[in-house]
Amino acid sequence: MNALVKDPIMWTDVGAVTDVPLRGSRRVPTADGDIAIFRTGDGRVFALRDRCPHKGGPLSQGIVHGHAVTCPLHNWSIELATGEAMGADRGKGCAPVVPLEVRDGRLLLGRI
Amino acid sequence: MTKERLVVIGNGMAGCRAVQEVLKRDPGRYDITIFGAEPRVNYDRIMLSPVLAGEKSFADIVINDEAWYADNGIDLRAGARVEVIDREARLVRAADGTEAPYDRLILATGSDPIRLPLPGADLAGVVTFRDLDDVEAMIAAAKPGAKAVVIGGGLLGIEAAYGLSKRGMGATVVHLMDVLMERQLDASAGFLLTEALAEKGVETVLEAQSEEILGANGRVSGLRLKDGRVLDCDLLVMAVGIRPNGTLAKAAELEVNRGVVVDDSLRTSDPAIYAIGECVEHRGQCYGLVAPIWEMCRTLGEALTDGEAAYEGSSLSTRLKVSGVDVFSAGKHLGGPGCEDIVFRDAGRGVYKRIVLEEGKVAGAVLFGDASDGGWYFDLMKSGEDVAAFRETLVFGQAATEGLRGLDPSAAVAAMADTAEVCGCNGVCKGEITAAITDQGLTTLESVRAVTKASASCGTCTPLVEKLLKLSLGAAFQVQTGPKPVCGCTHHGHDDVRRRILAEELKSIPAVMQALEWTTPDGCASCRPALNYYLVCAWPGDYRDDRQSRFVNERVHANIQKDGTYSVVPRMWGGVTSADELRAIADVVDKFDIPTVKVTGGQRIDLLGVKKDDLPAVWADLNAAGMVSGHAYAKGLRTVKTCVGTDWCRFGTQDSTGLGVRLEKFMWGSWSPAKVKLAVSGCPRNCAEATCKDIGVICVDSGYEIHVGGAAGLHIKGTEVLAKVATEDEAVWTICAVMQFYREDAWYLERVYKWMERIGLGAIKAAVEDPERRRALYDRFSYSQRFYRVDPWAERVAGRDAHEFNPLSRRMEFA
Repeated sequence: MNALVKDPIMWTDVGAVTDVPLRGSRRVPTADGDIAIFRTGDGRVFALRDRCPHKGGPLSQGIVHGHAVTCPLHNWSIELATGEAMGADRGKGCAPVVPLEVRDGRLLLGRI
Repeated sequence: MTKERLVVIGNGMAGCRAVQEVLKRDPGRYDITIFGAEPRVNYDRIMLSPVLAGEKSFADIVINDEAWYADNGIDLRAGARVEVIDREARLVRAADGTEAPYDRLILATGSDPIRLPLPGADLAGVVTFRDLDDVEAMIAAAKPGAKAVVIGGGLLGIEAAYGLSKRGMGATVVHLMDVLMERQLDASAGFLLTEALAEKGVETVLEAQSEEILGANGRVSGLRLKDGRVLDCDLLVMAVGIRPNGTLAKAAELEVNRGVVVDDSLRTSDPAIYAIGECVEHRGQCYGLVAPIWEMCRTLGEALTDGEAAYEGSSLSTRLKVSGVDVFSAGKHLGGPGCEDIVFRDAGRGVYKRIVLEEGKVAGAVLFGDASDGGWYFDLMKSGEDVAAFRETLVFGQAATEGLRGLDPSAAVAAMADTAEVCGCNGVCKGEITAAITDQGLTTLESVRAVTKASASCGTCTPLVEKLLKLSLGAAFQVQTGPKPVCGCTHHGHDDVRRRILAEELKSIPAVMQALEWTTPDGCASCRPALNYYLVCAWPGDYRDDRQSRFVNERVHANIQKDGTYSVVPRMWGGVTSADELRAIADVVDKFDIPTVKVTGGQRIDLLGVKKDDLPAVWADLNAAGMVSGHAYAKGLRTVKTCVGTDWCRFGTQDSTGLGVRLEKFMWGSWSPAKVKLAVSGCPRNCAEATCKDIGVICVDSGYEIHVGGAAGLHIKGTEVLAKVATEDEAVWTICAVMQFYREDAWYLERVYKWMERIGLGAIKAAVEDPERRRALYDRFSYSQRFYRVDPWAERVAGRDAHEFNPLSRRMEFA
């Protein structure tokens, strides 16, 4: 039937969805810097490079609210789905989105 | 001509409905045989919850009685479980040996409840919630006073627990996730559901992993959770989900994944065999709700009568069938990329609504407390109608929207009847307000509040009252700015929030957000830390600190630096240290390769550039040398700076070092609206610079001058003298009373000097000069300190919040 065509990505199981606190974040170190995995109040998960587009602050350490995170260094708010800066800082930069899938309650991070 | 033979395996809702759909279109076309494993006629399985709750009887939920089968010439084989499908011979064979040949076969085998493979799962009294037998087993066990545990906080689990509670049992829902019905609800609605269930006698245990079912004499006696807790019970219900039943299909070598795979005309991999209902997997999706199954049956009815129809999958909506708890959920209720939320809360009625919009269309909804517009939102969602034209009133529902559509907001207000209620809290109608405005010449919101009480309580109707003022006065009306709202999530000011937390005994962030009708699902980075602090201050010992609402520094008990490393400042009481402490600090610096060591303005040593992963180990070493957190990161008591006083100084008048150490040992660990720094100088030469601190003490021969409201940061400000006291004890009492008054009265992030500017030195003096007030403030401070005077470093060295310091995974560290 409709077999899903997957991008040529290698997926790595980095833990259970519930290992990330609600309205919180965990980080995954990689050879090219940390990845931040966020879990919002409604249980959705997102992954971004753990660098604020403003001055490189660790987004994984910010406060998660709605589908956004506020950087702990200078309070830029970043939209989790796109990595884009929000509000007055919109259009000024973007934290790259990292492929993330949930399968059977496990978090899979993608490497392209 | 002989009729074609249609055989249905499964006498449940899907199987019978499919037959009805066929009969409706072409009643004479088939000879029909239905096999059912249960020895009953077809009944409405989704109504089992009301049967369990005693709100309906079995007779009430029968869909097709025996007469229906007879009237339509259907051969019902109830109690005959089909064991074999012979695709070559095109016949099915039941366990009792009977056979039926078919031309077309429908599989409607439904699903099986998932049984968790826990130790003890085979004990008597462990049941699932799936069919009438389960319900009868539960009713039999439901003696008043007996206890039931339901594993699974989804739709079924909650309905089961509610039903058992109605039967007089004590019921507890144990849920793995942190939100009930997390597949349908967001955290706000989940919180309200937990509360509403508690009111109905159903307890909820969240984030609980079941480990073992305990038994005595072969019967269930309790459930042990992974964290060691044991919940006693006489009945244990597993309601953790369903699994499509594809056993028969698999044995017949049809294509089966999670469910029996079908195409858009509901045909399996054998063109003579169809499948519908919960046993089906269509486009990768399995369904467990009734609406999509009805849609499948319609399509199949067409397909079996040569009509043209394709099933293209279903949008889902859910309603909880618990009396008095109105819950609806549909579509992308959690939002997503490119979505926006409209949130409405009515604390008085316990209502929460969240409408999710995407590209100007309704994409999903969560309704709690008033789900009457659920159908309307679901229709808007399915039709994809552009709602931009009426998005302002969308959240108020269909009646409000249709009634006001096309009117501009002022015209809508003008069109309101004089008897229409504007202020629900105080029961004030439009007519009373307009009369007060014209008769008494009112021109401001405040005066309308004073005269009519409208908008004087919760404030939700403020915009409406303002529109009425504008309507009556025209250009003469200027919008008043009320107290500054805490943030964009609410129109309430800080004082309002603090007052209502106490008055209404609100003890969690979701409770505050609901009661004060927050307009976002879970606040923002401004209001959450403020609310968390207000709750910490209001309910010491009672409130469970929400770490996710704390700024990173207070979460990890260190100060984040520009490169993402942290700085660590151990406490040095009154600025006094020793050779042992300094040696331990030096060792830590060497061991962890800490790049910078700096002396601070508050007489402390700052270790800068510590890696986050190293923090607990650094703290462990400092703890071992007797040092605790210096709270250099806290909106709380930071440092008490001292001079050497009478111990060494030839000018010293009192033991300023001793007083500083005493103050710090009593006050450390306390949280406050913003940072608080103290200093004690032993004489008016003021070497400890006490007159630019939040609270300062200048010792004089006759006693102690207590100063307040200094600053030497963004602004430079000398202190004002608050009081002069004769003894050290009195100095401590007064200072703690000021601290507590500040903790209870100031707005979050408002420094002491700003607070003093706002309320006036006189108000602070009045609080500490009245001996009873001073004593009460001191007592409340001292009570609060019983809970907060603990070393957060030691707690984390012992393993608390380990996830904060460890990466989630190291599997991607090396590419």
